[in-house]
Amino acid sequence: MSTPTPYVARDLADSRARAVHSSMFFRMLVRAAVLRRGRAASALLAMIVAAAVATAMLNLYVDVQAKLRREFRNYGANIIVAGKNGAPLPADTFARVSSTLAGRGLAAPLALVVARTSDGQPVVVAGTDFDRVRQLDRWWSVSNWPSAPQEALVGTRALSVVSPKNQPFDLSFKGHTIHLTPAGTLRSGAAEDSRIFLSLTDFISWTGVRPSTIEVAANGSPEEIAAIMSQLEQVLPSADVRPVRQIMEGEARVFGKTRSTLLAATTLIILTAALCVLSTLMGWVFDRRRDFAIMKALGASGRLLNTFFAAEAVALGATGALIGFVLGIGIAAWIGRVNFHAPVVPRFSVLPIVLAGSMVVTLLSAILPISLLRRVQPAVILRGE
Amino acid sequence: MFVRLVYESFRRQKRSKLLAGAAITLGVTVATAMIAVATDVGDKINRELRTIGANLIVTPQEDSLDVEIGGVNLKPPSDGAFLNEGDLPKIKSTYWRNNILGFAPMLPVNVTVQRAGQTQDTTLLGTYFARQVSLGKESFVTGVRTTHPWWKVSGAWPDDNSRDVLLGQRLATQLGNKPGDEITISGRRVHVSGILSTGGSEDDQIVAPLALAQDILGRPGVVRRVYVSALTKPEDAFARRDPKSMSGAVYDRWYCSPYPQSIAYQLHEAIPHSHAEQIRQVTQNEGAVLTRIEGLIFLITLAALLASALAVSAAMATAIFERRAEVGLMKALGAGKLAVAAVFFAEAALLALLGGLVGFAAGGMLARQIGQTIFNSQIAIQPVLLPVILVIAVLVTFSGSAVAIRRAVGLDPVFALRGEL
Repeated sequence: MSTPTPYVARDLADSRARAVHSSMFFRMLVRAAVLRRGRAASALLAMIVAAAVATAMLNLYVDVQAKLRREFRNYGANIIVAGKNGAPLPADTFARVSSTLAGRGLAAPLALVVARTSDGQPVVVAGTDFDRVRQLDRWWSVSNWPSAPQEALVGTRALSVVSPKNQPFDLSFKGHTIHLTPAGTLRSGAAEDSRIFLSLTDFISWTGVRPSTIEVAANGSPEEIAAIMSQLEQVLPSADVRPVRQIMEGEARVFGKTRSTLLAATTLIILTAALCVLSTLMGWVFDRRRDFAIMKALGASGRLLNTFFAAEAVALGATGALIGFVLGIGIAAWIGRVNFHAPVVPRFSVLPIVLAGSMVVTLLSAILPISLLRRVQPAVILRGE
Repeated sequence: MFVRLVYESFRRQKRSKLLAGAAITLGVTVATAMIAVATDVGDKINRELRTIGANLIVTPQEDSLDVEIGGVNLKPPSDGAFLNEGDLPKIKSTYWRNNILGFAPMLPVNVTVQRAGQTQDTTLLGTYFARQVSLGKESFVTGVRTTHPWWKVSGAWPDDNSRDVLLGQRLATQLGNKPGDEITISGRRVHVSGILSTGGSEDDQIVAPLALAQDILGRPGVVRRVYVSALTKPEDAFARRDPKSMSGAVYDRWYCSPYPQSIAYQLHEAIPHSHAEQIRQVTQNEGAVLTRIEGLIFLITLAALLASALAVSAAMATAIFERRAEVGLMKALGAGKLAVAAVFFAEAALLALLGGLVGFAAGGMLARQIGQTIFNSQIAIQPVLLPVILVIAVLVTFSGSAVAIRRAVGLDPVFALRGEL
């Protein structure tokens, strides 16, 4: 190119400069990662592990609360619906409770009378819905659930009174007698041990007494349960709706403590992981002071240098965060399966937090050494001092 | 020479040593705190779970059936067997006495109360509120305030030696009484010290000191049942085995584990003519909740250990990588691979021990802080943990340094000195 016209030369130089400018920028980014792949890989690894641990912890922190609440629902009813002053509930109460709950919990009716055995002993007989009670009172230890009509579930202590040899027995209530076969025994360590349970259909056709109590296990947070209670109060003006305080309070306390412990652990772990990334990356950037000096000596502006190192940090942070997020979801799912026997649902709402956190940490760890190096003359660095 | 090398390295490179040391200290701090929390969290949560109520019940062996609906006892009052109140302090003499947080005897009695000239039937429940019980030289306070912490009283709790009573919330509304009133129960004038709210059948009853109930029943020194609140271990297949079918050593192991079953068995042994049983609603779910929370904290502790091991390794790798020129110089002066590695490992060990010690102390403090703020009680750190933590710190520091040291040892001194690697 000995004698080009000035206009063409300027155009060419311009376009080439622009092309070189942008392609050079990316080439440097890529080459920096490829050439020093050992250091780059260790920085990326630190980033991935930190992001994975953070993702897993955040995911668990959100999901474990739901898991623990479910564990606590095994304690059974947390709301009792009863007729005012022991009066029986209106016939449509159970249907109303079920429609109010609408899948937000479980309810089981309970009707009680005192009947007499054939030798005149008083015994409490309860009518209930076995399928529902079975889900509600999971702690009951039952040898065999009744399935046919006229079959009874007999509490261990009641058994020795009404049917010591497991033989069929008669019960009478207000002159009506029912003939029952013991299907199985029930052990709970509480009042149920002294009772005899029948299916509600058998119970009503025998005694004519309707349920006086409905036990409700409502799901959700304390606020959601309070909302369910006030809805129940609205649809059942003639009934008493009251919380089972011992269950609600115990749950709230254990739940609160576990959550705080989890929060403390999550904070500590994320902090450690972030510091680890910070120290690794700072070491990496500091290590490349010669690149920095050469670029500066060749005339790179301070802004270009900042952009370069910042772009590098962001690329590293984003890559690490994405890979780490996938890994972390895996870890959280594994912990959920091992500990709660149910998968932890991946929460993609965690991704922006992890991504932003990673970028902040990587940017911080790039900016700190650069601002230190900027004050140093390139010549000093290049001479290895 | 070796000692001097290490010494000078610490003296001259304070900044980089401080950085690596800080990373180790931080890692050990987090690890120690998490291990301390994890080992103690089971006990702490167990105590919190005790707020759900007693988990064991002791009844007379030849007990007749309870005939009770909605808190109203329909059984003839003198019917059935009783336990002897004098035997109750023996509950605190069983093998797992330290796990027994409290107990409360119950004696329901049918009574009548005066209401606007008419009489009304109700149940009076005699119990301990917070009674001083002594066994030998020891004495302790127990009662419903320990075993039934969700009971709320507006007004004052009665004294166990007084004749004051608590009125259940619904009963008080029916009778129109408030704290401070005098009422007549089965011909006895008593003072109402407060209104009790439990959310259960006690809301329709009168709760009184045990002596008053025994007096009304005319049977001094008897109780109907005893609720016991004990710290237990989640039940497993071994716990459910029948102690009668066990051989000596197996029986001893079963007896000396705090399962609900074995504590119930010991209560049955301690109190004559009694039958002790777990309250399944409480024990079964307690076991499940406890296992889940302990498992969760254990897995999280693993994550914390991983994160801190990573932080330590990263710091060590950076620290060693920065000293390539030094390695080159040592090798140029004739140091063998072994000598170079030995210097680095000695430095790493020294750093790990120092960082480990400081980290252990800081971790202990952190665990204590967590215990105070979350559980309002101490999380004690076992001194036994110290050597374990130190060994782990040294091992992690070594493994973190190993890769970097191997690369440093393999350096060609010429390139290293020219700074080209």
